[in-house]
Parts: sequence; structure tokens; C-alpha cells
Amino acid sequence: MSAATIALENLTVSYARHPAVHHLTGSFAPGSLTAVVGPNGAGKSTLLKAIVGFLKPDEGRIVRGREIAYLPQVAEIDREFPITVGDFVAAGAWTRCGGFRSLRIDVGAALGAVGMQSFSGRGIGTLSGGQFQRMLFARLILQDAPVILLDEPFAAIDARTVADLMRLIGTWHAAGKTIVAVLHELELARAQFPQTLLLMREAIAWGATREVLIPDRLAVMRESAMRFDDGAEICTLGGAA
Amino acid sequence: MTVAEALITPFADYAFMRRALVACMALAIGSGPVGVLLMLRRMSLMGDAMSHAVLPGVAVGFIAAGLSLWGMTLGGIAAGLIVAVLAGAVSRNTLLREDASLAGFYLASLAIGVMLVSTHGNSLDLLHILFGTILAVDDPALLLVGGIASLSTLVLAAIYRPLVMECCDPGFLRSVGGRGGLYHLVFLVLVVLNLVAGFQALGTLMAVGLMMLPAAGARFWAREVASMAAVAIAVAFASGYFGLLVSYHFRAPSGPSIVLVAAGFYGLSIVFGRYGGLLSGVVRRRHFYR
Repeated sequence: MSAATIALENLTVSYARHPAVHHLTGSFAPGSLTAVVGPNGAGKSTLLKAIVGFLKPDEGRIVRGREIAYLPQVAEIDREFPITVGDFVAAGAWTRCGGFRSLRIDVGAALGAVGMQSFSGRGIGTLSGGQFQRMLFARLILQDAPVILLDEPFAAIDARTVADLMRLIGTWHAAGKTIVAVLHELELARAQFPQTLLLMREAIAWGATREVLIPDRLAVMRESAMRFDDGAEICTLGGAA
Repeated sequence: MTVAEALITPFADYAFMRRALVACMALAIGSGPVGVLLMLRRMSLMGDAMSHAVLPGVAVGFIAAGLSLWGMTLGGIAAGLIVAVLAGAVSRNTLLREDASLAGFYLASLAIGVMLVSTHGNSLDLLHILFGTILAVDDPALLLVGGIASLSTLVLAAIYRPLVMECCDPGFLRSVGGRGGLYHLVFLVLVVLNLVAGFQALGTLMAVGLMMLPAAGARFWAREVASMAAVAIAVAFASGYFGLLVSYHFRAPSGPSIVLVAAGFYGLSIVFGRYGGLLSGVVRRRHFYR
């Protein structure tokens, strides 16, 4: 199997035994560009966190390559930390240079690709929200991983930055990287993402976007949204009880 | 009294003053950068807690070997490491956050330490251990402090990149498989070592003063970790120098004099600090064209 494939086998991930992702099976093909959409609490972020390894599956397993780049929804970044944009972005080379080898990398090119050539010496605390997101994308460029997971990359970001970053995602897609992005904007998914996973703990639909984002399925999604039952019975699917 | 007599003669005349000054220099080099990283990790109080946690170990060393350098040093290092690891384990495996779990451990260890020293020694010994005697630093103690400063600098240089990443964006380090926990542990060992070095000169209660005060002040004068560490080292050394002079001329206890000079710098930084000081918002500087 390619290092760029992510296969989910009967995956269940839960919080306090309530599943956020429930018996999900399927795979993200190498080189695919997939939008993950669904209502609040559908398990979209949970799925990404499980794939990157931050959450342990309750059941089932994830088969993936070693190298994955991950952009969290709310990064645990200390924005007042005294570090320059250039140094921060350079950390993207970690997988190649590790903690100790010398950094022979071109931070300038990565910053240029997100339109921030002149920001290398600025402190990260001086950036606006959009600039900060561009900087995180510059670090993803340097990571150069075959698989890229993006958790709501465009939340509270201006249209022009979205357009620029979307172009960048397009070049990654053209270069054959496997990309999975959690999105809220269905229009963006329709316009730019060939594949869509409509998630509501389970996959309501997973496949070509034009076949997934159709009224019937969206209705199913809306109907099943926000069902959280404290009296829920223990799930016996998959043989576990 | 001329300026030279006030500033230089004490060190030219007395070997104990020179040794004390060298000890301060070594402490500054070791503790300055460690303090900056502690502060940036929002663990300033942790340094304080750890310095208290060292006490029961020092006390056990004292009971076993009297006022011996090695006995108290090894005891202090052992106790500091045990508390650091226990507090870390409690915060990782239970609901309690690290600050609360540390507070619990350090209060207990401080009580154990004071209990041990006062039942087995006299109150002079207790004062010596709590507040140190930089003016009685002898050659072995000087070698120990210098050795710890050298080791600390080398290790910090080696783990600098992952450590800074672990401070700045721990989630990223985890996502690329960096072993943040390991570097955190190595860093805690450095904290304990430097506190034990500081204890030789300043005592367990004051040791953390030369670590945290210059670091907290340096935050106002630099915008990168490396330059911040350089400022902290310079300030810590200057505090040692002027503190010793204050102590010499006014017959004041040396440890508190040194820490008070550092506190004075900290106060000045809060008011006049270039980046984020109280007056930095008052003094309008012309903005750039773009």
C-alpha cells in the first residue's frame, strides 16, 4: 500500500464512551483531495486527530504511512512566544533535519509561496489572523509530507487568503499529495474538492462530491445532527459489548 | 572613597569576594537561559516549587554527612528529580494540573526538610541551608557550580531546537513524532541541577532568585529566545556583582543583597521595558511608512 493512503477499518473513537466516530470504514486514496463535512459534533476533528495519532481508537484501526502533516483547528501555539516567522516556519523541516542536524532549507521560498517573503524577521506575535494562517501553510510546504490533514483551515479567514491558500492546496493536489480537509462551507467543497466524506459519526456518504452533496443526504445529516443520548445503550456492533 | 575603591578594591583585596564573584558568574551562565525557558513555558512558579523541593534531600545529605558539599548536593539533586518526576506523572495521569500537583509536593517537601534539619541540627545550620553562604564558597563548591554551569550550557545547546519547539508549539512537535516529553524531562534535570548549584551560593530559598528575576526582566528587552537568554545572563551576573558590593559595603547578607539587586532590575524593566513595559505605551514613537 502506498505511503499516501489512509485506510480506516471499523474505526470507533469516543469521548467518555460516547462515540464521536462510529464504526467508520473506508479509505482516502493516494492523491485524493477530500472535504470532510458534517454538523457540529459529527466527529470531523476527532477523525483527523485519530489519524494523526493524538487520539487512540476504541475499536478498529487506522493504516497509514509514517509521514503526515497536520494543521489543527486551534493550534496550541503560544502566540506571544518570542520567535521570528522565519524560525517558526523552518521547524517544518523537522522530519528531514530532526532536532539536531543543520537546517539547510529555503524558508524564503516557502514564505514567498504564501505571499509573505518580507516577514521572515518579524515576530509571530505581530501577525494578523490571515497572515498567521499563511505562515502555518508555509510550514506545511516545508514539511513536504505525502499526506496533509487540514482541520478547518479557512475558519475566520478573509476571502483573498482563502483563495491564495486554496491555490496552494491545488498545487499540492497536482503534485499527488493526499489531502483531507475539514470544511464548513459546502460551496467550497463543491467547487474545489473532487471527493467528499459526509460524516455524522458514521459516513452518511463518501465518494465523488457531486454524488455526496445532494439534497437527500444533506437532509439525513440535518436530521441526525446533535443527537446525544446519555441513556444510550452499549453498542454491540463489531462484536464488542 | 573613590569609585575604584568602591567597585574594585573589595575583589582585589579579598579572595573570598573573588570566589563569590566567580560563583555568581557561573550561576548566571547556567541559570539565565534555564530561567528564560522556564518563564516561556509558563513554569516560573515551578522553579520556585522545585527550589523548595530540593530541601529535604539536602537535609538528608546533611544528616548523613554533616555540612558536606557532596552529601547535600547529591541529596538535593535526588530530591529535586523525584519531585519533578512525581509531579509530572501526577499531572499526566490524573485530573490535577502540573501547577497544583507541584504545589502539593513542594509544600510537603519543604515541611519534611525543615522538620529534618531542625530535629537533627541547630538553627544556624537551618539558616545556612535555607539562605546559603556565598562568602564561604570554597574551591570544591566553585568547581561544582562551574561544572554544573558548563554541563547545563552544553546540554541546552544540544536540545535547544526541540525544546524551543516544545515551548512554542507542542502540538506540532507531537504531530511530527518529536519526543517532546523526553526533552521536557532533560530540561527539568537542568532546572534541578542549576537550583542545586544556586543553593551552594544562595541557599534553597534564594537559589531561584538568580534564575527567575533576570529572566522575567529580560522578557522586556529582547524579542528572541537567544537574545533574551543573553540579557538574562548579563543581568544575573551584574546582580551578583552589585549584590556582593552592597553586601560588602553595608555589611548586609550576601544572598538577599544579590536577589534584591536582581529584583531592582526586574522592577525597572517592568516600568521602562522596551517591549511591553509600562512606559512603552506612553512614549509615542513615530510609526513606519509601511
